[in-house]
Parts: sequence; structure tokens; C-alpha cells
Amino acid sequence: MTDDTEAQENREYWEYEPSSQPPYLTPNYKSTVIRSPNKPQYKLPRTLTETTGPLFTQDDLVADEYDLSVNAKGDAAIGSLMVMDGFVTDEDGRPAANTLIELWQANSAGKYHHLMDTRDAPGDPNFIGAGRAVTDSEGHYRFMTIKPGAYPVPNSGNYWRPPHLHLSLFGRSFMSRMITQCYFPGDPLNELDHILHGVPDADAKERLIMTFDPVVGVHEHALGYRFDIVLRGRHATPMVG
Amino acid sequence: MMTDSKTTPSAGQTVGPFFNYALLRDGENDLTADGKAAGDVIIVEGQVIDGAGGPLRDVLLEIWQANAQGRYNHPADAPANSGDRELDENFRGFGRTLTDGDGCYRFVTIKPGAVPGEGNQWQAPHIAISIFAAGLTRRLVTRLYFPGEDANDADPALSGVPEEDRMRLVGDVAEGSDNTVRFNIVLQGDGETPFFED
Repeated sequence: MTDDTEAQENREYWEYEPSSQPPYLTPNYKSTVIRSPNKPQYKLPRTLTETTGPLFTQDDLVADEYDLSVNAKGDAAIGSLMVMDGFVTDEDGRPAANTLIELWQANSAGKYHHLMDTRDAPGDPNFIGAGRAVTDSEGHYRFMTIKPGAYPVPNSGNYWRPPHLHLSLFGRSFMSRMITQCYFPGDPLNELDHILHGVPDADAKERLIMTFDPVVGVHEHALGYRFDIVLRGRHATPMVG
Repeated sequence: MMTDSKTTPSAGQTVGPFFNYALLRDGENDLTADGKAAGDVIIVEGQVIDGAGGPLRDVLLEIWQANAQGRYNHPADAPANSGDRELDENFRGFGRTLTDGDGCYRFVTIKPGAVPGEGNQWQAPHIAISIFAAGLTRRLVTRLYFPGEDANDADPALSGVPEEDRMRLVGDVAEGSDNTVRFNIVLQGDGETPFFED
């Protein structure tokens, strides 16, 4: 694989465009007020520590981990079936192959499979809400799941989080590691969400909203949503000087 | 040089409070492959503390490090620049854990060797740490260095941190244990841990 050559791997990485990432202090998202560092961050030389990272392959997966819509015994979760389908690329548009994606979400009533989620909403014995996939050589991935419900954030003046899916991605290096959330097109709660709107740049925000795409759904079975992800990557051409 | 086709990376978002059932598996805080990994076994432990001075539970911590010989298990650390550093098939170098109800975490791993830096420089032994939590809008990045290492003085990343902050990146020798390194992570305020640009 040519991408594994030393020359490829050691090309310089782009730095994040600040407006494309949420600042640590986002006052509307209350718990950031005592968890965001006060001091500016220090520059880190980009060394082997940052340009390497844990790698994964399809062999790391157990069969059917992409399918959250049925439990281990094959019993169906309650909710609107949906496919989430997309491509992971780097900043120059190259496919990010063999990227581990971990997906988790609330059930269709907006409740997480977690002891600390004590909200008065029903659990679903057939839905854990966790899955994994590894991208193929084209950077493609696909999950089958159910649409999560919205849920109110306690003690927040009736602020409800819009339906969303959580995604964790590794890419090929420590630098490409990221965790994000994605949202459903047309939901009125999107406009009011403190976490989505923590992202300053309008385009970057828009890119966290999935596209409704019947083509990636399953005929008369599951709705389709498309979500493409861009990971931090190396320059297309090596930096000179 | 930027190309027309360049797209900025997708925005990060908080990991939120409810993720452990999706992201954590038993034993992922032990990097030693049941003791088969070569090198000196060490315990890295500490507490994560927020700006109100309280312990923070359910923080996702990930570590990434070289093996005992200072070699990363990744093709970018290729033989051409590896020197005498050999791969260890029993050491992957990646670990994950969650802080408990007291904000405490613990990894069992191998003391990493020194690894190459930029040009002819070498980096002191260190462990890269990613921190994700509810209330963190995206990842925080820091490094753990080891106490009593002469190489710390010349380390390029440590050198970029002002003297008064530098010591906060060096773990403490735990009392009563010769292989435990304590490293508290303070997110904000008094004793704030130095964080690096992601």
C-alpha cells in the first residue's frame, strides 16, 4: 500500500482552522465553564508521537457490529429503522481506509443504555445503542440503526438536545483522532442546540448535519442518511522548506 | 500550499456523559499483553480534577506510546529511521480507560524508550494522552514525562513550555512503590495541567 511509505506518512499535517472547531469555553454549554482550560495551549512539535497512532482493520470487528437495530439474539429494537452511510476522507479528499468508527446513541425514546441516565423515559431491552465499523479501501462505512429520540437536559430550562448520533474516529495517527456528533436534517431543535452551535463556522456546523438520501436506505425497510467525515490529514504534496 | 480541493476537518463535539458502554472494553487499561510485552512494567495513575477543584468522573483517557525500545507500532516509524529500535509484537502502545467515581484512573504499561524528534533531536521518554469528557467540547492533549530523566532537559516539547509549567508534565514517584508514576490532570485553574495544541 503506497500510503504506508515513509514519505507519505511523514508529510506534514495541516493545523486545524480554529473557526471550524468549537472553543473549549462555550458558556451556553454550562459544564464547559469549569472544565475548559484557562491557559493557552502550547505548541507541540509534530513528531513520530503525533504522526503515529493505533491502527485497526476489519479483523478487529466482530460480525454484524455495524447493525445496532437488533440485539445479539436477533430481536428488533423499537424505532424508525435507518441506514447511516458515508465516506471518510482526509483534508485532500483521499479515502481514509481502515478507520475505526465507533457509534453510540440514545434509543428511540431519547434514553441511553447507561445507569446514570435516570430520566423518566422507557429503556428498550433490544437496543444497546453501540456499534462499530471499519472503513473499506474507499473510506466507505455503513451502519444500520434506529433514529434516536430527543431528550431534555436536566436543570437547563427545558433545553432539549436534538436527535443525534455520537461518532468516534481514529484515522491513521494520534493527530487524526476525533470524536463528534451528527444531527438530522430539518429538526427544529438543531437551531437551538448549544453543542452544535458551539462550532463557530457556519459551513463546519452544516457539515455535522446528515443528508437525507433514500438511495442509501433499504427499499420499504429503512430510511437512508448520508454522513461524510473529514479527518485531519497530510498535505497532498510534501512541504518544501 | 493550499489546494482548491482542501476541505477542513469535520468539527469535533463533546463525547458527552454516556459513552462507556460503546467505547470501553475490559482490560484496555493494561497495555502489557498479560505481561508478555518486553520492558519494565509501570503503573501510571492519577486523578482528573475540574476547575472547581473536584474530582471528575467518567473522563475518557487514551494513551499512546512507544515500546521499551522507543519504537512506535506504526508504519510511519519505519526501519529507515528506527535505528536500533525494534518492534515488540506484544506491545501495541494504545490504552484506554475511564475515571471512576473519585476521578481516578490507572494504566498498567511499559516504560517507553526515548524516541526520535525532529531532525537529529531525541525526545525524552513520554506518553501522549488524549482527554475526552462531558464539558470538553473536543479533545485535550497533553504528555506525561518521567521523573529523574536527564533527557527531559533537552526534550523539544518540554522546552516549549515555560519553566514553571514544565514540572506539571512530569509525573511523581508514588510513595511506597518503585514502579508507580502519579500524574494528576487539572483541567482548569490552580495547578492547571499544560495542554498542547491538538
